[in-house]
Amino acid sequence: MRARPTAHLVGAGGVLVAAVLVGVGVGALPLAPGPVLATLADRAVRPLGGSVNGGLGPVQAAALLQLRLPRVVLAVLVGGALAIAGAAYQGVFRNPLADPYLLGAAAGAGLGATLVIAYAPGSGAVPVAAFVGALVGVGASFALGTAAGGSSSATLLLAGVAVASFLAAGQTLVQQRNAEDLQQVYGWLLGQLGRASWSEVLLVLPYLGAAVAVLLVSGRALDVLAVGDDEARSLGVHPGRLRLLVVVAASLATASAVAVSGLIGFVGLVVPHVARKLVGGAHAVLLPMSLLAGGAFLVLADLLARTVLAPAELPLGVVTAFVGAPFFAALLWSRRR
Amino acid sequence: MSAGLEVTGLGVRLGRAQVLTNVGLAAAPGSWTAVIGPNGAGKSTLLRAVLGVVAHTGAVRWDDDALDTAPRRERARRIAYAPQLPVLPEGVTTRDYVALGRTPHRPLLAAPRAADRAVVEETMARLELGALADRVLTTLSGGEQQRAVLARALAQQPQVLLLDEPTAALDLGHAQQVLDLVDRLRRTDGLTVLSTLHDLSLAGQYADRLVLLAAGRVVADGTPAQVLTPDALRTHYGARATVVPGPDGPAVLPVRD
Repeated sequence: MRARPTAHLVGAGGVLVAAVLVGVGVGALPLAPGPVLATLADRAVRPLGGSVNGGLGPVQAAALLQLRLPRVVLAVLVGGALAIAGAAYQGVFRNPLADPYLLGAAAGAGLGATLVIAYAPGSGAVPVAAFVGALVGVGASFALGTAAGGSSSATLLLAGVAVASFLAAGQTLVQQRNAEDLQQVYGWLLGQLGRASWSEVLLVLPYLGAAVAVLLVSGRALDVLAVGDDEARSLGVHPGRLRLLVVVAASLATASAVAVSGLIGFVGLVVPHVARKLVGGAHAVLLPMSLLAGGAFLVLADLLARTVLAPAELPLGVVTAFVGAPFFAALLWSRRR
Repeated sequence: MSAGLEVTGLGVRLGRAQVLTNVGLAAAPGSWTAVIGPNGAGKSTLLRAVLGVVAHTGAVRWDDDALDTAPRRERARRIAYAPQLPVLPEGVTTRDYVALGRTPHRPLLAAPRAADRAVVEETMARLELGALADRVLTTLSGGEQQRAVLARALAQQPQVLLLDEPTAALDLGHAQQVLDLVDRLRRTDGLTVLSTLHDLSLAGQYADRLVLLAAGRVVADGTPAQVLTPDALRTHYGARATVVPGPDGPAVLPVRD
């Protein structure tokens, strides 16, 4: 039996807010939720001439606004984007093993980032190179898939496999030729939010926001695609066009996330499955649920990544899998019939 | 009087194979036409061509309106389709699945309106799916799933219902239930039914008219008694059988020699 989907969405929203408060509060300098909220409210009303008392002191406020908050906001954006993109990919390909990195996005981003780290170190171009690389990877998969067999989803998946292995081979080659940068490349490949700042949030927000908005409204269209191409056509829909729209939006969301965080595995694959267990397979609910759950999950994973071995940081991709895999296994076990 | 469904000069090529050649048929409103024929004769392809999801030559008309050139959404309000192996989405309730039938009647990205929900509830009630509305589709029995697929097609409120082997996965009792249901619907709603049926006895009992396809061509077309003859079965199926007349139509009885 399931509760009403809206109740689940409200609940997930509450969990996300709580995760954000914990995420900004915990660290070498603890910040209590009350003063944090007061400070944020104060900042929000100050342009209007108002003020809210009871906020943090200047040092704490600076830590909140310049360090913790951008990092947590970026975690929400990246986690939400990867999870909703994963849910969309799984729906569009009718394949539970699909994830946002499937069509060459990860391999393309990896090659782009590795090229910059190896040949233009310190240029600050890693995010842009990763973004472009991810889009080139998906674009190449699409071009190859379309040339090979029109809009069928199996052909597209296989084209993605070919493109991804080609780009990954290129990345390995560059990396192997520049062994002195190995550590930095690895650090990027395993995902991190350690260098998060408002400028990164602003860098990805337009692309990510647009992509997520498109995905959120295409939920009902994905439900129609779920019955197969022939039946979708018999319901008056153009499956090829829809698939293109959804894959482009999901890939844009993925590329934006990858640009600022590297390759964070697991979120895009498993969070949609957790969401599906909770709210069922109807995409109009599943997509927003994945967005909220992915954001909350990555905030908490990042919290672990920066606190467990503080002041050292664990790679975020390692934490997501290390924490997420047992959780998912437990969920599968507890829901078994 | 409406002209019903008219198919003329239909041809389909899939790759290098000519699957259908110059197929013609006419189905009056409220009639049930069953397409029969041996494996590989092109029965399913004929249905999919009428539906408009495979490229074809020739024309498909309803009431003298060309359907094959009509926009897809408009066609979807006229013709509904239940495939032989429907894809049943994971984790979706019966109600949400039946509601997909309203897709051609509302903007694609919009939520269903009250009128759409009313049609869905009414259709589920007619097909005795009310108690299963909140169950997850993939947990229903084969017969219940087949009824849910029919309900989704009927929620489209079509004039033509294309059924590809509606009884393929069902035992005899459930097959008869589904066919009785289709028969009742076409009589009460004036729905025109075009189905493939590989069970010739069921085809003989339920259809008004049989179209026998062999190697992509119509080789016989008429009432069940006209089409189901031992000769036709021997020639086109390579089968040894006698045809037994029954109260509701002929039945085919295989014999050893």
